[in-house]
Amino acid sequence: MTMMRVKDLSKSFTLHEQGGVVLPVLDNINLDVMAGECVVLLGPSGSGKSTLLRSMYANYKPQTGRIEVRHEGAWVDILSAAPRMVLNVRKRTLGYVSQFLRVIPRVPSLEVVAEPLRNIGIEAAAARARAAAMLERLRIPQRLWSLAPATFSGGEQQRVNIARGFISQSPIMLLDEPTSSLDAQNRAAVITLIDEAKARGTAIVGIFHDEDVRRRVGTRQFDVALARPT
Amino acid sequence: MIDLEPPLLQVEGLSKLYGRNVACKNVTFKLWAGEVLCIVGESGSGKTTLLNCISAIQPQSSGRVLYQTRHAGTADVTAMSDAQKRLLMRTDWGIVHQNPRDGLRMGVSAGANVGERLMAVGARHYGHIRAEATGWLNRVEIDIDRIDDLPGTFSGGMQQRLQIARNLVTKPRLVFMDEPTGGLDVSVQARLLDLLRALVQDLQLAAIIVTHDLAVARLLAHRLLVMRRGEIVESGLTDQVLDDPQHPYTQLLVSSILQT
Repeated sequence: MTMMRVKDLSKSFTLHEQGGVVLPVLDNINLDVMAGECVVLLGPSGSGKSTLLRSMYANYKPQTGRIEVRHEGAWVDILSAAPRMVLNVRKRTLGYVSQFLRVIPRVPSLEVVAEPLRNIGIEAAAARARAAAMLERLRIPQRLWSLAPATFSGGEQQRVNIARGFISQSPIMLLDEPTSSLDAQNRAAVITLIDEAKARGTAIVGIFHDEDVRRRVGTRQFDVALARPT
Repeated sequence: MIDLEPPLLQVEGLSKLYGRNVACKNVTFKLWAGEVLCIVGESGSGKTTLLNCISAIQPQSSGRVLYQTRHAGTADVTAMSDAQKRLLMRTDWGIVHQNPRDGLRMGVSAGANVGERLMAVGARHYGHIRAEATGWLNRVEIDIDRIDDLPGTFSGGMQQRLQIARNLVTKPRLVFMDEPTGGLDVSVQARLLDLLRALVQDLQLAAIIVTHDLAVARLLAHRLLVMRRGEIVESGLTDQVLDDPQHPYTQLLVSSILQT
């Protein structure tokens, strides 16, 4: 089943601060993503992998094209939908794991991870229990759960971020280098999470720096560089 | 599908002139229940004037502000009588001023500041009012031992939290805030932001927050309006406006943030 369709997508950046220079990045991209597959975005740095992934989350605003998401049984074009609808799509259908955790001051890690569940109406105790199980899987020591992640190491923050991203089991997930600062053991834990998500039928699109991770989780490759404007 | 739901607030073509100076020009937007909207821009861009016109503190020069009232359908706030506006302001709306002294009664105790708003909507039972006030002081992290103290003896951060409690005690559906963290130390700001974030989420409040601080906007807002010289130059999802700003002025604002 197709979960997401990128249609005729083009994106350039106009840098008004730098004399109005226009940087074309994506030109006429078409990509369908099916349930249960993991599409790996390929291309050298600067080829537009992150731009495509961020556009697929409506974090960036492409000039032309559509990004259609199967949301609660209907197709929604998140590029033209009202902001409220986009937020609803993100809450229930479309997950995103960024490279870095955007820390919220004072909020303990356990709550940071439980929050996506609270947002879809799961009651606090149940959300915390699931968050605890997820933190455990990602090998975050229990003594850190009550602390805000601001002071954690890069790898710990990244794992808190992954826990937060995977906890609500969104039908579609976008992963931006989720394993970049992890050691082998933690990388393996993340690979297992991705494999389980695929087995549940989650449609995944990801950027993975590590060749080994790419080989192990990817079911298909999409070369952004080949579709790049020349 | 969710757009079938009527907006809580609709601002239509709102303008405000001071003599020949244009403070706000033809501002139009909608706000839905539970939505947090931040108005950002530099000082002098017209943010506060816009907030004051929408919240009926100042008269507008032209345009309408339509509000979905609890019992009487949609009403144009700008056409309401002063008595109707006052009723709205002490029941369904909250107004949090930048300077807590403007929103608190400095001559009565902390508990009375919270209780007074309840009495204004008809609460009479002293025990209930005291219990409600205690509950709210607790919620905004003010030590109950301070309930009988005057707000003047509180720190700036505590005064701001007290002002928030005073506003939220009547369970408003819409809250207006002007630079709620302005003038506070950074550590105090973080605590207040965390509190605000939790409150708007738990109470499903709609809020319009004026701030010049993009970090505050990122943390609190679902949606942003960027104002420059009285006009909205860009609007949209908070992270989209901040991460992929389109308008030259928004790009300037975003690129001016100091990275830490």
